Amino acid sequence: MNALAIEIPYWGQSLLRVLGGIVAVLLPAGTIVYLFLFKMMSFMQSRLGPMEAGPYGSMQLFAEVGKWLQKEDTAPDAADHRIFKMAPLIVLLSTFLLVAAVPFGPDAWLTNFEVGIFYALAVSSISVLGILVAGWASANKYSLLGGLRAAGQLIAYELPLVLATLGVVIQAGSMNMQDIVVAQNAGSIFGWDGLGNPFVLTQFVGFLVFMIAVQAELTQPPFDMPIAESELVSGYMTEYSGFRFLIFFIAEFATVGVFSLIASILFLGGWGVPFAWFGWDGLDDVADWMNIGGPLILFTKMIVLSFLIMWVRFSVPRFREDQLQRFAWKFLIPVSLANIVATAIIKVVV
Amino acid sequence: MAIGKPKMPGLFKGMGVTLKTLGRTVTKGAETVQYPREKEAPPTRARGVIALREDNCTVCMLCARSCPDWCIYIEGHKTLAPPRRAGGKPRSVSLLDRFDIDYALCMYCGICVEVCPFDALFWSPEYEYSEPRIADLLHDKDKLGEWMETVPEAPELEAGAQKK
Repeated sequence: MNALAIEIPYWGQSLLRVLGGIVAVLLPAGTIVYLFLFKMMSFMQSRLGPMEAGPYGSMQLFAEVGKWLQKEDTAPDAADHRIFKMAPLIVLLSTFLLVAAVPFGPDAWLTNFEVGIFYALAVSSISVLGILVAGWASANKYSLLGGLRAAGQLIAYELPLVLATLGVVIQAGSMNMQDIVVAQNAGSIFGWDGLGNPFVLTQFVGFLVFMIAVQAELTQPPFDMPIAESELVSGYMTEYSGFRFLIFFIAEFATVGVFSLIASILFLGGWGVPFAWFGWDGLDDVADWMNIGGPLILFTKMIVLSFLIMWVRFSVPRFREDQLQRFAWKFLIPVSLANIVATAIIKVVV
Repeated sequence: MAIGKPKMPGLFKGMGVTLKTLGRTVTKGAETVQYPREKEAPPTRARGVIALREDNCTVCMLCARSCPDWCIYIEGHKTLAPPRRAGGKPRSVSLLDRFDIDYALCMYCGICVEVCPFDALFWSPEYEYSEPRIADLLHDKDKLGEWMETVPEAPELEAGAQKK
């Protein structure tokens, strides 16, 4: 803000932050849905996908949103109406809270938390509440089963998610996402600083565990047991129609985007380019144009990571419930614990 | 690893297949066609719609009776036709008043085509005759006659086959 040399009143800043948050949630969601869900999935199945609405079907998303908004907002008679109507909003709320802690550039952040990554992992579990509540309030056995499966799965995969993050936190020595970005871009590999030190190199095991856990956390196939459409008819989303379903849908893909953002901050260097390229020494030296370039770099990294998530999603069949739990508790958690121990020892020794 | 027999190689193979298909679709185009603009010609013996050659029909009712859905409606009457030879007696012939097929009911089993002893019914590969009103799916004998133009030529008989 100071770099622009204009004073913006507090309400103006708040408004800008809200607008920025909305853009940061909806833009990745829209991009992911059009680029990957509509086009890449179709191409992987040797078809073209939507082609009619706009050039190459690029306006299809607006057509879908319009369709959903026109639909009747129904709720089952036996449903707990107030909670039923609240549930999608809780899920979307968790996405918006998540994006609040993401730094997009040296000064382009919504809030600069000292414990940003801790906060992000904490609010990401709010969506579990929304899903449980949706499953329970629907008064439908499939929804309830889906909600319970979702709760079991999300709690199981939250642990490897947190533990994989711990390795990064130990190496960066901070929970502040901005510091983690700086630590990667100001770092060097054995004295060579041409690439910075993206943690995906040193924390590769952590990166793999994190991406697998994110896949499960987002209930994307192959971890889509909670919304298995063939056996649970979409689980906790069964009874939702119209714009409440739309909110679930947006939240699902916006969270893919936000988790990809967080993963690229933790492992791929976030918004930064290696500081050595331009001779910057630290965060204060970073040029102002990075406030525009940074978000673009971060966005590119997000697209790459969500490509990985979506590629796995479209290729791999669904896990069985017991395989899914066993994989989390008996494989991912021990591996990430070992990773933490190894990281801590190396950190102390080196 | 604790998850039984890990299927890791299979997992990567599957991801390779999807990536290869993605590349092929981007470079060489999709296997599908964009329907209303371009159309795939159906196979010549496709069961699209049933056509009626009215001249061959003798109102024998075999098709109507063999139809599992009872979707063929036939009415006819007898009349006297002039004799074949000069001085002969006038012949009694059946004329078709009504021959309707209700495509809302038809299940395209083709039994009527098979059972017709006088080659009055044929399969046509034409398939674009959906209607906004379900009642319009009842095709009368004029419309069924028009479908005759779309019936492909019968394939050549095999060598040595008996021609009736």
